[in-house]
Amino acid sequence: MEIPLEHVIGLSALLFAIGTVGALTRRNLIVILMSIELMLNAANLAFVGFARAWNSVDGHIFVLMVIVVAAAEVAVGLGIVIALFRNRESVNVEDVSLLRW
Amino acid sequence: MVETGVSSDLLRWIPALPLLGALVHGVGLGLLRREMPRGLVVAISCGAPIAAFAVTCLALAQILGSAGESRVLVDEVFTWIGAGRVSAEMGFSFDPLAAIMCLIVTGVGSLIHIYSIGYMDDDHRDDGGFQRFFAYLNLFLCAMLLLVLGDNLLVLFLGWEGVGLCSYLLIGFWYGDRWNAYCGMKAFVVNRIGDFGFLVGIFLLLGSLGDAATLNFVELKAALPKIVEQTISVPAWLPGPESWRLTTLIGLCFFLGACGKSAQIPLYTWLPDAMAGPTPVSALIHAATMVTAGVYMVCRMSFLYVEAPGASAVIAWTGAATALFAATMAIAQTDIKKVLAYSTISQLGYMFLAAGCGAYGAAIFHVGTHAFFKALLFLGSGAVIMAMHHEQNIDKMGGLRMRLPVTHGVFLVAVLAIAGFPPFSGFFSKDEILLSAYAADQIPGHQWLWAIGLVTAAITAFYMWRLHFRTFFGDCRADPESQRHIHEVGWVVLGPLVVLAAFSFGAGFLGLPQIYGDWLGVPDSNALANFLHGVLPHPEHEIAHATELGLAGLAIGAATLGTLVAAWMYLWSPAVPARIRAALGGVARLVENKYYVDELYDALIVHPLVAVSDKLLFRVVDAGLIDGLGANGSARAVRGLAAHVFKYGQSGLTQGYLITMVVGTLAIVVWMLR
Repeated sequence: MEIPLEHVIGLSALLFAIGTVGALTRRNLIVILMSIELMLNAANLAFVGFARAWNSVDGHIFVLMVIVVAAAEVAVGLGIVIALFRNRESVNVEDVSLLRW
Repeated sequence: MVETGVSSDLLRWIPALPLLGALVHGVGLGLLRREMPRGLVVAISCGAPIAAFAVTCLALAQILGSAGESRVLVDEVFTWIGAGRVSAEMGFSFDPLAAIMCLIVTGVGSLIHIYSIGYMDDDHRDDGGFQRFFAYLNLFLCAMLLLVLGDNLLVLFLGWEGVGLCSYLLIGFWYGDRWNAYCGMKAFVVNRIGDFGFLVGIFLLLGSLGDAATLNFVELKAALPKIVEQTISVPAWLPGPESWRLTTLIGLCFFLGACGKSAQIPLYTWLPDAMAGPTPVSALIHAATMVTAGVYMVCRMSFLYVEAPGASAVIAWTGAATALFAATMAIAQTDIKKVLAYSTISQLGYMFLAAGCGAYGAAIFHVGTHAFFKALLFLGSGAVIMAMHHEQNIDKMGGLRMRLPVTHGVFLVAVLAIAGFPPFSGFFSKDEILLSAYAADQIPGHQWLWAIGLVTAAITAFYMWRLHFRTFFGDCRADPESQRHIHEVGWVVLGPLVVLAAFSFGAGFLGLPQIYGDWLGVPDSNALANFLHGVLPHPEHEIAHATELGLAGLAIGAATLGTLVAAWMYLWSPAVPARIRAALGGVARLVENKYYVDELYDALIVHPLVAVSDKLLFRVVDAGLIDGLGANGSARAVRGLAAHVFKYGQSGLTQGYLITMVVGTLAIVVWMLR
């Protein structure tokens, strides 16, 4: 059964919105990272949907690219979180606001 | 391109060889920071000009063997600048005029290189001075050869600037003394004033020729009739006619350049100060070759000056005035090199007098003879200075003829030549100039020009003999301690002197006027004039033989008079000069202080300019506006804004940044979908 493009885009937009709200409202760094991951995958979903609708492989290539970058980003991000936790025994973003005026 | 002569790949080597020498030294000193052994330095840097001289002789043999149009060798190496209709080739042309200049430059240059080995030998500073000196000398030779060989105005200008640079470098060679560095700077700056005129001349020529614009001399000569009729209107406040011929204006612009390079009024003040350089430099650059570049340029552009009678008259009068003015200044100098410096200015004035009167051949003849005897005088004075352990004041010399017999002998030959006694070379060339001034009835007041020349000849004889008597005759006035160390210098120094003395004596016979040739039974005795015949325009004045001989007799009489007065004052009655000085009072002080021209220039031009540059341009415009307001001001403004306004944007809250980013991205999306 053919899934209409509108459904794919709708799901993608929904996921992106959830990710954005999560990243903006939660204070736990790990949850923020997961929210960003959600946004990235929402974008991936849109890419795949469009690629399929227009019979083009460009979207797939972008998706592969995004997955690679996301993996790297998560590695670095979790590394920072672990380093932070070892120093502060906390993963709350509001506890790390030292770099300001 | 106009095919103008026989193509020959030989020519490029004449300037290239000294350039190679300079490059080897430059790379060694500048990049590798190693000083070569002195033997190698000498071999390279003296070998280069001698090789260039040999190549010049080969080229000369080639054009002597042919006649007419093929008497010119050309060598187009590459297109230097191609800009629309105008293109400048890196091209050389070797016609009789260039040949004579090349021979002088490479010949006298080689001798002076050899002499420098001895003169610079005691330069033991550890900054590579010995090698640096020879590098500059070779570079100078390259630039001078570009100047005389260039077949277009731009190559000539390249050499013109090159010799100016080398002159600056060599005047300030002993830069440890601030005064020397100042003198170098003065020479450079004064020359730049002249160069400005030269450049304006080139631009005027290019601009007015329109479609026929070219820089090549042969093509310029062919294109010149297009602008001969053009006139330009001049502002009403200028005296003289309401409109000038364009050629006159262009000619005057070029002459301003020549004034700077060849030390004519009003731009002569740099040359006496240029004596701060080592003596071989004074001989090579500030007497024999570079300062004649202006004369050469006027002769090279003679096709223009023939069509510019106004400019020619200005040249003749400037030359005559400079000759007389500088000669009077030479009378009262006590520095042996300063006397020679003023004498050089005076002799250059003679050359311009000849060129202005249309006797370009006579000007080049005098360039040649002057190169020999003035190089000899300078090198001889250098030998005296070495013998006296760097004492240059003639008041502390005297009686040197017994201790320095060879130097005395060659110096005597040079003095006889410059004073104009037959058959020494200076007599023939100076006589030809005086004759041409006497006959130049196209110039208003030409008899006066001749009279000034004659008076100058008498003064020249006087101050040269004064110098000679004060240096070599009488009792030695040096202190006893240094007297014991006076001894003749080595043969590496004396050898070039002897060769130059031979030419100072004999060079005049190359341009022997026909009337003397008739006596000696030599047909076509004026070989130089015949050689130059096709290249330079020559005056067509018929002078009766009796007049010609009478004029020569007057010139000899003037020289004898000057000699006798000098002998009376400095040999027979040594008390006389002091009495004359006391009797003249203020006038003597005026002459001794060189008419206070330097002070006048300082007060009128230099000090106001320095004041404006320092107080206004440096302190207000540069330090205040550009640095203060522009560079530092904008930086300070950014720093202030950042410190007091933008820093509050840095909250340190990660989610604050995130919100900013989301809002910003949304704004961009909205703007794009608008």
